[in-house]
Amino acid sequence: MASKQLLLTASDLDRTFRRFAHQFIEPYDDLSRFAIIGMQTRGVHIAKRVQHYIKESIGHDVPLGVLDVTFYRDDFRTKMKMPDVKVTEIPFDLFGMDVVLVDDVLYTGRTVRAALDAMMSFGRPRSIRFCCLVDRGHRELPISADVVGVTVPTHQSEEVRVYLNELDGEDAVYIVERND
Amino acid sequence: MNWMVKMRSTSLNEMTNYSFNHRHLLGLADYSTADILHILDQTRNFREILNRPVPKVPTLRDKTIVNLFYENSTRTRISFELAQRRMGADVVNFAAGNSSAKKGESLKDTIQNIESMKIDMVVVRHESPGAAHFLTQCVDAAIINAGDGAHEHPTQALLDMYSMMERYGRLEGLKVAIIGDILHSRVVRSNIIGLRKVGANVLVCGPKTMMPPFVESLGVDVTYDLDEALSWCDVAMALRIQLERQEGGLFPSLREYHERFGIKMSHLEKYPDFVIMHPGPINRGVELQSEVADHERAIILDQVTNGLAVRMAVLYLLSGGMRV
Repeated sequence: MASKQLLLTASDLDRTFRRFAHQFIEPYDDLSRFAIIGMQTRGVHIAKRVQHYIKESIGHDVPLGVLDVTFYRDDFRTKMKMPDVKVTEIPFDLFGMDVVLVDDVLYTGRTVRAALDAMMSFGRPRSIRFCCLVDRGHRELPISADVVGVTVPTHQSEEVRVYLNELDGEDAVYIVERND
Repeated sequence: MNWMVKMRSTSLNEMTNYSFNHRHLLGLADYSTADILHILDQTRNFREILNRPVPKVPTLRDKTIVNLFYENSTRTRISFELAQRRMGADVVNFAAGNSSAKKGESLKDTIQNIESMKIDMVVVRHESPGAAHFLTQCVDAAIINAGDGAHEHPTQALLDMYSMMERYGRLEGLKVAIIGDILHSRVVRSNIIGLRKVGANVLVCGPKTMMPPFVESLGVDVTYDLDEALSWCDVAMALRIQLERQEGGLFPSLREYHERFGIKMSHLEKYPDFVIMHPGPINRGVELQSEVADHERAIILDQVTNGLAVRMAVLYLLSGGMRV
């Protein structure tokens, strides 16, 4: 049986998302140009939770987009099977917006690179910041996160698994040893 | 929107171990129900690209695709070519009319020569049934059938099914009447095969001379009465009468055909629910009264847009994962 280590509990996650809510809006005087974009799949649910907490704390509805970066990946040809394409829905004009891009785990940085490319085909945002729940190191591209839940050194043979209630029936982050 | 939500919650891949595992698209006869539903599910996400300010993605930028058209085609060829370009592929067009085929080169020699120029996929239309299948034995490239004789035209059937799904939110139990020249139509064959696999009911309707014998064995009902078909159906798909075949005397005159089997405004009033589809090109005043073709219940132009998205999805799925 592979080892499974608890990194963040449900209450850790909740506190992190509340902190994100403040960190997301902090730099902006004018929130009318502010939007959040969640990356499929878990980034979307994290983004929704943060959106909820922003509404709770200052009563402002932040527009939320959903982004799937499959079309822009550079690694899908190294897999045996073509990955499934998921929904992309950005229901507002990106032009001139200040955007926070949200994903669950930051690892090689290739997904973020793909996401930046993808967003440019929707228009020209004024600025993009990047938020991840877990930064596990091992970057292969010059990319860093602006808002980080937790930074944790990992081994390449390990996997960071983010579980969210909406999808997995529990809120937790684990580090597991890959058993292949 | 509803069917999108519904399809997400039952997304095949998450619920089962389904994986799309085809190299070619020769016809829907080779594809399972799960394969067809997977393509339709994926198409929804490709449809969205067309609405972006920059409607182009780089996914197939490492692929070169040849469109090999031995028969005339405007819509299908443009649709495939646009789909390829929207996905970033390099595209070469080959039309038999002004090429070496005119000098007597065989299909096999042509394709082998083209493949020697390092291409990855071939989209082929040919007047002979089985031409696409034949190509799979000549070359390693992925082959997509864009119509082979009266055999199959799978991407047309897929875009038809997607359009019905978009309209009604389901395919299972949907009542589809196909009206016209059933005998010579590859569109009908692919549609019947596909629609039956996903649980839709199909009724074919047309002149007896254009009805293939034993058509019931494909699992469809037959009528020779247009009113019976229109009073029953959710979707009325009119087929193009190939004017060039009119010489064969399969029906007395275009006017008589229109009288018996053309969908008219009076039908729309009498049967208020069905929508009208047509694979194009339309002969106005033959299969459809001109006003019917322009009516809001005709979803013919939606079919064309959806065709682009379906072809993008098919190209993506067949472009293969591992490079060999």
